[in-house]
Amino acid sequence: MIRARDLEKRYGRRRVLTGVDLAVPAGGFAVVTGPNGSGKTTLLRVLAGLAAPTRGELEVHADRAQLGYLAHEPLVYRELTALENLDLFGRLYRVPERRERIGMLLERFGLWDARGSRVSTYSRGMTQRLALCRALLHDPALLLLDEPYSSLDEEGAELLDRELGALAGERTFVVTTHDAPRLHRLATVEVTLA
Amino acid sequence: MTYLADVAALTRKDLRVELRAGDTLPAMLLFVLSTLVVFHFALPEGTGDDAAYGLLWVAIVFAALLGLARAWVPEQEHGVLDGLVLAPSDRSAIWLGKTLATLAFLAAAQVVALPAFILFFAPLDLTAIAGVLLADIGICAVGSLMAAMASAGRSRELLLPLLVLPLAIPLIVGGVGAAISPESERYLLLLALYDGVFAVLSWASFEYVVTEHSS
Repeated sequence: MIRARDLEKRYGRRRVLTGVDLAVPAGGFAVVTGPNGSGKTTLLRVLAGLAAPTRGELEVHADRAQLGYLAHEPLVYRELTALENLDLFGRLYRVPERRERIGMLLERFGLWDARGSRVSTYSRGMTQRLALCRALLHDPALLLLDEPYSSLDEEGAELLDRELGALAGERTFVVTTHDAPRLHRLATVEVTLA
Repeated sequence: MTYLADVAALTRKDLRVELRAGDTLPAMLLFVLSTLVVFHFALPEGTGDDAAYGLLWVAIVFAALLGLARAWVPEQEHGVLDGLVLAPSDRSAIWLGKTLATLAFLAAAQVVALPAFILFFAPLDLTAIAGVLLADIGICAVGSLMAAMASAGRSRELLLPLLVLPLAIPLIVGGVGAAISPESERYLLLLALYDGVFAVLSWASFEYVVTEHSS
């Protein structure tokens, strides 16, 4: 599903990604690790099509409708409620039976009771849960997750473990993390950026 | 139909965010009213109406700039623009939704500003009001695109006027001409032509402003 060869990304003279090779078949689960500043976030932005590689070859066999992207930022409006945010993205992603899907995700991620509150009133962990709902909303075939455990409490992290465990093998994943052992059991490809 | 539904959903979202945050419209209203009040006392007695029409356009253009400077702030917070760009809908719908919402804010500011202008300065006939409406469309269409470009940089407030003001000059010429010229229809035609050309250009080029392409 993803094949990258000698990927490089520069911003001006600054090189943020150097010589990355990555091959993830459909249903594969790639775990990307590396120290801060090694280019993990940039790699996901390049794979998502949000940034263009400066050099190298890249094939991603998924269009925008099949791509779920969880970024460092939650990609939701602060002044809208969880329900309004998911409804907007559900429309833009043409999610069938949108209301049912949104309700199911909010229940599953423990946000149903807070569905009518503005995101600006959420804790960081709640916002991260909502960001996960947004990334999963359209049931994407390829999931690019940037530090998905960031800001989650233990209950949230276990919930995410279960979600990833249930989807692994059926969906293709590229996940960046500082907690590689947590995802070791799911990983089919492991990449360390220098 | 799907495209229009996307535009409607995006416009509705902007109006809802503004109704809750109240960041843009109150600032535009305050600016346009205070500018007109200051001009009222600053203009020497006996100054003709023609000068006053020019001042109206100073107030309108800078109130629009104020709105445009904040237009993409909700998308910058929490990185929402990336989320919108990744959605499979036509990306130009994002621009059109933003343009319509900004137009609504500018029109709302003018609902207060135009009567205030009539009260303080001079009457406005239907041609002059038509000129204002046509110029609003042009400034919001071009301004939303330029504001998206400027929002990517750190000096948004500095960059935006530099990008928008040169492009707004034909609108100011057309707007003032529609108010004072005996051949006001020609100026209205100029404004309509400007709106058509620049709206199509902005609509077609928005995707290239918000995405990176391989060289």
